[in-house]
Amino acid sequence: MHPQEWMSVEPPGLYCKPADIYIDPMQPVAHAIVTHGHADHARSGHGTVYASDDTIAIMQTRYGEEMAEKTLGLAMGEIKQFGDPDDPVLISLHPAGHILGSCQVRIEYRGKVLVVSGDYKRRPDPTCDLFEVIPCDVFITEATFALPVFTHPPIEHEIDKLLTSVAVFPDRCHLIGAYALGKCQRVILGLRNAGYSKPLYLHGALIKLCDFYQSRGIELGKLIPVSEVEDKKTLTGEIVIAPPSALADRWSRSLPNLRTVMASGWMQIRARARQRLVELPLIISDHCDWPELLQTIAEVNPQEVWVTHGREDALVHQSTKMGYTTKALRLIGYDDEDETG
Amino acid sequence: MQAFSNLLEQLYYTSSHNAKAALIIDYLTQTPDPDRGWAIAAIAGTLRFDFFKRNTIKQLILERVDPVLFDMSYEYVGEMSETVAHLWPESEKQDQPLPLLSEIIDQFASASRQSVPSILAGYLNSMDAAQRWALIKLGTRGLRVGVSARSIKQILARYGDKPVEEIERLWHGVAPPYTELLAWLEGKAEAPDISDQITFSPVMLSHPLAIEDVLPWQCKQWQVEHKFDGIRVQLVIQGEDKALFSRNADDISHTFPDLLEQVSGEAVIDGELLVMHDGNVAPFNDLQQRLNKKKPSKKLMQTHPAGLIAYDILKLDNNSLVDLPLSKRRTYLLDWVKEQSSQRIKLSDTLNAESEEALRSLHQHASDDLAVEGLMLKRVDSIYTPGRPKGQWYKWKRDPKLVDAVIMYAQRGHGKRSSYYSDFTFGAWQGEKLLPIGKAYSGFTDEELKKLDNWVRRNSMGRFGPVREVKKELVVEVAFDAVHPSTRHKSGVAMRFPRINRIRWDKPASEADTLDNVMDLIER
Repeated sequence: MHPQEWMSVEPPGLYCKPADIYIDPMQPVAHAIVTHGHADHARSGHGTVYASDDTIAIMQTRYGEEMAEKTLGLAMGEIKQFGDPDDPVLISLHPAGHILGSCQVRIEYRGKVLVVSGDYKRRPDPTCDLFEVIPCDVFITEATFALPVFTHPPIEHEIDKLLTSVAVFPDRCHLIGAYALGKCQRVILGLRNAGYSKPLYLHGALIKLCDFYQSRGIELGKLIPVSEVEDKKTLTGEIVIAPPSALADRWSRSLPNLRTVMASGWMQIRARARQRLVELPLIISDHCDWPELLQTIAEVNPQEVWVTHGREDALVHQSTKMGYTTKALRLIGYDDEDETG
Repeated sequence: MQAFSNLLEQLYYTSSHNAKAALIIDYLTQTPDPDRGWAIAAIAGTLRFDFFKRNTIKQLILERVDPVLFDMSYEYVGEMSETVAHLWPESEKQDQPLPLLSEIIDQFASASRQSVPSILAGYLNSMDAAQRWALIKLGTRGLRVGVSARSIKQILARYGDKPVEEIERLWHGVAPPYTELLAWLEGKAEAPDISDQITFSPVMLSHPLAIEDVLPWQCKQWQVEHKFDGIRVQLVIQGEDKALFSRNADDISHTFPDLLEQVSGEAVIDGELLVMHDGNVAPFNDLQQRLNKKKPSKKLMQTHPAGLIAYDILKLDNNSLVDLPLSKRRTYLLDWVKEQSSQRIKLSDTLNAESEEALRSLHQHASDDLAVEGLMLKRVDSIYTPGRPKGQWYKWKRDPKLVDAVIMYAQRGHGKRSSYYSDFTFGAWQGEKLLPIGKAYSGFTDEELKKLDNWVRRNSMGRFGPVREVKKELVVEVAFDAVHPSTRHKSGVAMRFPRINRIRWDKPASEADTLDNVMDLIER
């Protein structure tokens, strides 16, 4: 049976009817699969949440133990049966390479396979497993950076830009805006891999998740909460990391002689950086850039491509040109242009 | 070119004026002539020609990129130079250094039209994205790195430790690459001699009036005039040499030869350009027919003759008058206007306002004349000071007209507002239907812009290319200066300078104004 018969877009989100389960629903539902822990995909208040162990732990870190009535951790590749036992829906999770715990969802029903990519990227990321190419009939892909103007440089290149700036402006405090989950830890690891061994200073909102990463064996080096620094003037010449919203916030005014930095795929567009008064934009993304989106569609090589949140139009156009039956799924509610880029 | 590209990149991401000034001064110190002078010209907007047309760039990129994807990218990025910089296919990096800025300028200046595309493509191939961005900005003369023509003069003044007024005086008599000017600033040469040139003198500007600024009203201290709804011009006459400049120093002589024919003598006059029929001043709509016509036809000059309402004089018979008080300058102005004895050269009359009540009444009735958009209040003892000195001149525009309209369509903005939905088409009711009556791009704060943008995204119903149609639910109070009948618009009305005065989140769309309400505001 064609997946369009059993997969639909409902107000809470993407819905698989024969399994009675939503994927990344925006509103509380009875059964939810959550692809990863970013707030626009992982909401609290569901009945049962199915997700990777890491994603469940992240949700509990953010929303508390009571974030759902029941949670069920699935190992990568483990097949779980839903719906009518005589007419089952088989669901399994597979690495998406987006952030720690992120996964794609493979759904098999009556001989057809549909894969929901969730958010994903193809670059190696030491904090999570590499994206897995899963053969399928329908591939639902995200489209956050789906325009040919988006080509992400290697992260080493961007970290090098940052370290050069730190060397050229030794009298300034570099404040990096980075999303608390995923981006922050990737920037820290990028700095460590480039040989930066000094302590890094963190905004309070980043500490719990960094602790969680460290507890999963991801070594982030010495991290010091800014709140524990008595004389903020001593942060001159140091690197501070904060959520993007804190860049222009009162919080940042206590820091000496700021140079504002932002780590995001959006930083490729100059005006985006200017609008946030960013002086040093770092193009570091946890999503695919344009060539990687196209590469992924070609490698997955499905019968059909469905495109969700982001710049659907361009990807629908290009994927159709590549010979795939393609359509846009208008999912409402995902922050298509926020700080998780 | 490498240094220039670095400079632009840094200026773009630097917010503080001081830091920008420091970057430019550092560049001037490090960079030899003539490159640094060309860079100054590029930033100040005084390059005299486009190296290539925007269309040339567009053709080149469309040969390399799917047109559909180009349009989508451009719509998203909101700026041509950056869109092309990102989309241009990256070729093997060449190790050769880029040519000097001056070499690139010379090459484009001397290139034949046919060879421009291949020269441009050659450069774009050898550059990285940031350099491509800089070259396209340079070549199309739209830098927009947050350094105004005014601030570049202040930066030069700081560089040479000279008063900015000195630089303003010389500015329009010197040309890129400013070798003499820079040598003077560095104390290596005398100030450039500009006495034999027809040049633009920087103009004096007014502040918007808050009535308290002039209270208690002392009529003896103020000269009150009409604020005419034309364009501000400066007329420079040296015998047979004559020129007409816009207030941004663009030479617009060729557009208004019929005006220049009317004047003689030796003077610099500050005034308002308008269309005049037998000494009667026509509204702005008439002048609009004459603007941007490089060579007006004889017929157009007959049906829409250009005239001048003179309100100040800066120079007469080789004597500078700028240091005299306004009252004194006015006597010279009177004489000059009389001498012209032309129906199309008029004096801006002074108005009597002996009391505050009389002043308010003048303001209320100022716009009874369609060519007038308010009052000007100038201190009689004001000397002519370039720039916008405090407390000297005020403009008091008539109160704007207001309607409540419904947002119908939205489009992303450009430049600073790139990727925000900031351009709005709004409509008024005709029966059950909304008809678009205008577009507004301004009037809201940055905070409101974010909210509007968010609202558009949540309430979008469909797309037509870059335009999003939205639910007909949000009411805005639109302010505008005037509304005219128009055959070009389906609604039959055209607004002058509409802007969003207030967002009426509270007001239901059904209570917005009707087209009849808007028609009633047309002045006849």
